Amino acid sequence: MKKWLILSLTLMLALTLAACGNNNNNTAGNASNGGASGSPSESPSESASELSGSILATGSTAIQKLVEQAAQKFMDKHSGVSIQVQGGGSGTGLTQVSEGQADIGNSDPFAEEKLDAAKAAELVDHQVAVVAMAAVVNPDVTVDNLTKQQLIDIFTGKVTNWKDVGGADARIQIINRPASSGTRATFEKFALGQKTEDLQGSIQEDSSGTVKKLVSETPGAIGYLALSYLDDKVKPVKYEGVEATEDNVATGAYPIWAYEHMYTKGEPTGAVKAFLDYMLSDEVQHADVVELGYIPTGKMQVKRDAQGNLTK
Amino acid sequence: MAKSYDRLEGKPHLTEEWVGKAYTFVCIMFLVITISSMVYFVASKGLSTFLVNGVNVGDLLTGLKWNPEADIPLFGALPFIFGSFSTSILAAIIAAPLGFCAAVFMVEIAPKFGRKYMQPVIELLAGIPSVVYGFVGLSVIVPFFRDTFPGQGIGIAAGAVVLAVMILPTITTIATDALAALPAGLKEGSYALGSTRYQTISRIVLPTTLPAQMTGIVLGIARAFGEALAVQMVIGNAPHIPHSLFESTSTLTSAITLSMGNTSMGSVHNNALWSLALILMLMTFVFVFIIRMLERRSKL
Amino acid sequence: MKAKTVDKIATGVFIGIAAFIVLLLASLLGYILVRGVSHISWQFLTSPPQTIREGGGIGPQLFNSVFLLVLTMIITIPIGIGAGIYMSEYAKPNKMTGFIRLVVEVLSSFPSIIVGLFGLLVFVNFFDFGFSLFSGALALTVFNLPLMVRITEQGLKGVPLSQKEASLALGISKWTTIRSVMLPVALPVILTGTILAAGRIFGEAAALMFTAGMSSPRLDFTNWNPLDAVSPLNPFRPAETLAVHIWKVNSEGIAPDTPEIAAGASAVLVILVLVFNLGARMLGRYVHRKFTATK
Repeated sequence: MKKWLILSLTLMLALTLAACGNNNNNTAGNASNGGASGSPSESPSESASELSGSILATGSTAIQKLVEQAAQKFMDKHSGVSIQVQGGGSGTGLTQVSEGQADIGNSDPFAEEKLDAAKAAELVDHQVAVVAMAAVVNPDVTVDNLTKQQLIDIFTGKVTNWKDVGGADARIQIINRPASSGTRATFEKFALGQKTEDLQGSIQEDSSGTVKKLVSETPGAIGYLALSYLDDKVKPVKYEGVEATEDNVATGAYPIWAYEHMYTKGEPTGAVKAFLDYMLSDEVQHADVVELGYIPTGKMQVKRDAQGNLTK
Repeated sequence: MAKSYDRLEGKPHLTEEWVGKAYTFVCIMFLVITISSMVYFVASKGLSTFLVNGVNVGDLLTGLKWNPEADIPLFGALPFIFGSFSTSILAAIIAAPLGFCAAVFMVEIAPKFGRKYMQPVIELLAGIPSVVYGFVGLSVIVPFFRDTFPGQGIGIAAGAVVLAVMILPTITTIATDALAALPAGLKEGSYALGSTRYQTISRIVLPTTLPAQMTGIVLGIARAFGEALAVQMVIGNAPHIPHSLFESTSTLTSAITLSMGNTSMGSVHNNALWSLALILMLMTFVFVFIIRMLERRSKL
Repeated sequence: MKAKTVDKIATGVFIGIAAFIVLLLASLLGYILVRGVSHISWQFLTSPPQTIREGGGIGPQLFNSVFLLVLTMIITIPIGIGAGIYMSEYAKPNKMTGFIRLVVEVLSSFPSIIVGLFGLLVFVNFFDFGFSLFSGALALTVFNLPLMVRITEQGLKGVPLSQKEASLALGISKWTTIRSVMLPVALPVILTGTILAAGRIFGEAAALMFTAGMSSPRLDFTNWNPLDAVSPLNPFRPAETLAVHIWKVNSEGIAPDTPEIAAGASAVLVILVLVFNLGARMLGRYVHRKFTATK
């Protein structure tokens, strides 16, 4: 009798939980079936399916989507390989790849900028895409071109009103990134040429979506976004008279861009190497990379090293 | 109910007793070990800023400049500490009177309606995920403040309002329990002397339940202090002490979530963030300590 | 006379504030639901999210939330109930017990972000579970344990002393008494509390961002082998829950229908929590009736 009660106690708990679980299992199960029938079917005839193993790529949330999307296509081809892509931030990615917890560390900045020299030297850089960014302002702001000096003045707080840089009489509201952000590092390095301090009253958001939302809503706001986030809700401004377009970035005329890196510890082998090669193949570079608003590395007519030196 | 003549043998009895005792003891030890390791890990990480990187404790606690990525990094966490305290205390100031009034309404004015509808409704508030609060805060409260008050809309005021709604259930529930637990004779005596309800509430009920009410408020502040995502979405995150309630500032939690993922383990910046977490943890101890004191007082 | 006027005004204020709170909640819920419900469809609930195209769903996230809840409860319930029994029945009133009580109290008021960071340090990095459901479940266990302990204690304290003593007087061992006499009586309280505690798991995001990860790998819902990497049942895969997904979509989404997805997902989450809350209450009442009827 008492045993029975205990049993019923456990069962009841298990059932309540399982009932929920089951329901949703089914739901989700249907989903994948439905999805699979709609999407292009997998190619079973692929000869390279002798590849196997599991790959863990972690780090930058900025290229997480790109890597995820490429990984799915790669796994469709090579059913023996499973690739897990995780966020966590560039710092986490570099830490984990350097300590061997992840196979690939995705990062916005060069490893040299985040890790100490000895650790960074062990890592091999694979530049998979170029991300360009533009200074954006609230659509009500009339300014459409800013020089380097004007940007510096704005972001160091010397200029606080749009009328001083050729606009209407309105307060400038800075929407910045946190000091640890790779996006901010890129912007400061190539647009301002110097590091800046966080100003009193400036807003800092880590995520592009929030930056965009705040710039589009806040009167007099200025921020910066990767090109893939631009749409008619915010207004991009020219930098030194140069528009932020893919062509201008490729020729080196527009300087505010950076590589997206995928680091491995030592030279990659096996499935990891195959996947990284795939990332650089035309199949990804001319499809997903472009689709997600990046610029393929192959298109670039200029190169840049970790110190920021530009070479043709 | 107990038909257990089948268990009167001696030996298995003792073994069983021992098994039960051992099992529950292991469970409780698991709890103790978890919290000790938590304290150990957070403390060892948080202290390495001072021990390994040589940052001065006093500088961290009283410094006004937070600039960890500069060539000469500065770690002044006072703006974060200020932000955390001001938002959570302001949230409590908003929520406490509301919670008390709601409790009075539920216990003294309309007990039937209160118990049946109001209480579940308020408990539902507690169930709404903090991400959703932040989302609503960013899309409703921030634009409202931006249009109504001078300033940017985001800031301590927006954070405090979001937090106030979040901690309202905690404060209300504890206030309600305290009011309900009040001996009926106390109130009846007051009524018998001809006092009105308001007089009874303000002269008898409030003073006698004050320690319990305070417990609820401190619990609320503790919860507000540790809330991360909802606050980060509406506070603006500038590492400065703001000039007004509507100017961008940071809290300890928002500073941690903002940069933790971007910094690599072991770097000075990362360690400094762990120090912020350590401050947060120590504050939790302080809150628990205060609550214990209050509880002891309310028992007397 | 004056005192009466004051009383009337005060009563008005109390009623006004109570009405304000109800209104606040109603408008909050209304805002979330009105914005979101129109976006909820079968397709939205079942399809995987899309990165840049319209029409992404929340299927895997919904599954992850529920699966994580089950995993967490599997770990939490036995430990929580065990610890609760110890605290209420075996613990002697001494310094050690006082200390443990303090530990439970501290643990229950720990900020979720601290628990998340601890999880990142210990479960993800130190034990090398990686960003996974398992790490997430462990972190959530840390959260829910103190609640479970308190609930169990409360439930056991509510058992009439006479029942316990009757059982002990029959020569039944303490452990058997607890298991067979006290726990069943305390069941309604424990059950309701457990489900309410479990409901919190749906809403938790800060702790999970650092432990369960923010990505949802492709899942093969026809593969139910828990050891396979693409199986949804594999506890060692990273998993983004619904709450984390809302946070991510809000902050990083570039799909054109991002606001609708965030609103829809918020609505689903709130509905889930509501259903859980009401379900717990109803179940608790039902079990209570059953038990009091059989007694």
